[in-house]
Amino acid sequence: MKFANLMATGGEWLRGEGPHHQIVISSRVRLARNLKQRAFPGWAKKTERTAILELIKPRVEELPEMQDSFSELLQDLSALEKQVLVERHLISREHAAKSVGSAVIMNRRQTLSIMVNEEDHLRMQSIRSGLQLKSAFKLVDKVDSTLEAKLDFAYDGRLGYLTACPTNVGTGMRASAMLHLPGLVLSEMINQVIQAVNKIGLAVRGLYGEGTEAMGNLFQISNQTTLGEKEDEIVNRLSKVIETIIEKEHDARQMLIQKKSNTLWDQIGRAYGVLTFAHAMTSKEALNLLSIMKLGVDLGAFPEDRRLPIDELFIDTQPAHLQKSSQQKLNAEERDHLRAQIIRERLRVFPKPDITKVAKELESETPEPPNQ
Amino acid sequence: MLCDVCKCNDATVFLTEIVAGKMQKVNLCEGCSKEKGVQDPTGFALADLLLGIGATEEIEKGAPSQKCPMCGFTQADFKKTGRLGCSVCYVTFAEGLGSLLKAMHKGTEHIGKLPQRAHREVERDDRMRALNEDLQKAVAEENYESAAALRDQIKQLEHGKAV
Repeated sequence: MKFANLMATGGEWLRGEGPHHQIVISSRVRLARNLKQRAFPGWAKKTERTAILELIKPRVEELPEMQDSFSELLQDLSALEKQVLVERHLISREHAAKSVGSAVIMNRRQTLSIMVNEEDHLRMQSIRSGLQLKSAFKLVDKVDSTLEAKLDFAYDGRLGYLTACPTNVGTGMRASAMLHLPGLVLSEMINQVIQAVNKIGLAVRGLYGEGTEAMGNLFQISNQTTLGEKEDEIVNRLSKVIETIIEKEHDARQMLIQKKSNTLWDQIGRAYGVLTFAHAMTSKEALNLLSIMKLGVDLGAFPEDRRLPIDELFIDTQPAHLQKSSQQKLNAEERDHLRAQIIRERLRVFPKPDITKVAKELESETPEPPNQ
Repeated sequence: MLCDVCKCNDATVFLTEIVAGKMQKVNLCEGCSKEKGVQDPTGFALADLLLGIGATEEIEKGAPSQKCPMCGFTQADFKKTGRLGCSVCYVTFAEGLGSLLKAMHKGTEHIGKLPQRAHREVERDDRMRALNEDLQKAVAEENYESAAALRDQIKQLEHGKAV
């Protein structure tokens, strides 16, 4: 499969169809594995890294899950193509910096992506739409079981799977979900939630993982530890915490509608106004405003069939996607213009926010007063 | 005073840290202090934290010269990168890693997935131990016929054949 095909077929997780998809954008589970008696990628010399790659890549490509896959050496991808894959969460930012001796293999549906010689020899990731951590784990676990029959993984009876960074040793698993939490941000309760999540040993990060800031009210929640807990226990614990956060987000939205409706309509109105009429927009501003539009769809201020164009804009307005679609090199200023132009075009037939619809929905949800 | 790391240049950077009421001192030369990022105090404390309390004492004991026999990685390399060199490093630096893993994880032992291959190896080791015990018993009982049979089985198992 060619890169162009990959671009054209938006990944499954981008379509937003999974359970709780209004709040949970995507679920991801990744496993880190290394070969026995080989230097980890960060320490291995170029020749050894290449030898390891040649050992692993054919084994990954022949997986039944990788029929009609996209398989590319990192040195054969342009900086822009790598960035597109980062924006789709198909490779990590760290992997995008790699060149000779590294590769990426992913399936057509973009639900399974395997990085060779990232920080570890193998980083296998499954990504699903909505809250589907269990099925994401099932897929990546199956792939791991198939591969371990052909590759000798570094494993220790006491410490489990051995990884380059001691923070991943044990299961080598990182399960995470990307949550859209505008209600908790607008009601200023997000810090409490983050603190509570941190306290129970889970990590909260921004849009693109470690060391990135939260934009577009998007937060990644993942397990922090990998040793001393079984894989399914980690997945269950994380799922339960996320279900609780979903409840809190719903509560926050109800509270906003009831007590701060003016602020809420003002935010939605401004987001609609700016997105429909602006002629220059940074990706950060676009994300933040699109987040409010998404909230507007969730609350019924925009019709449900307007959800997809908003969701698509989240990814299409990212710098590399924008650059890729324009076919020519753009500077930051030109990108901001193009971004605003694309958004204006897609929102041209977008109805104005209708807050009466929200009020109606709320009335139908409140219990009928008891008859006298 | 000589640098604690390279032990050839005069130390010009004297670092004292008090962690959990315990004072730790390191004396470094200009070059080594730059190399270890000591001049950025937050970075250094972070590396120390990563290695667990007492890491600096290990520097004084000369631990950085300890090399992984498999890949040549040293503890100093770990301080610099926060990553290990290969899977054997977990054995080479087991002592220092113990407290580190304890501090960063929920438990100290893996209780999750076991690769089938490792599973087979565990079974093989168990079988080997049993055969060796039987062999010793047979020899002690001067039962040379079964001892010879057991010896053949051990040889086969050593060569990776199923017994």
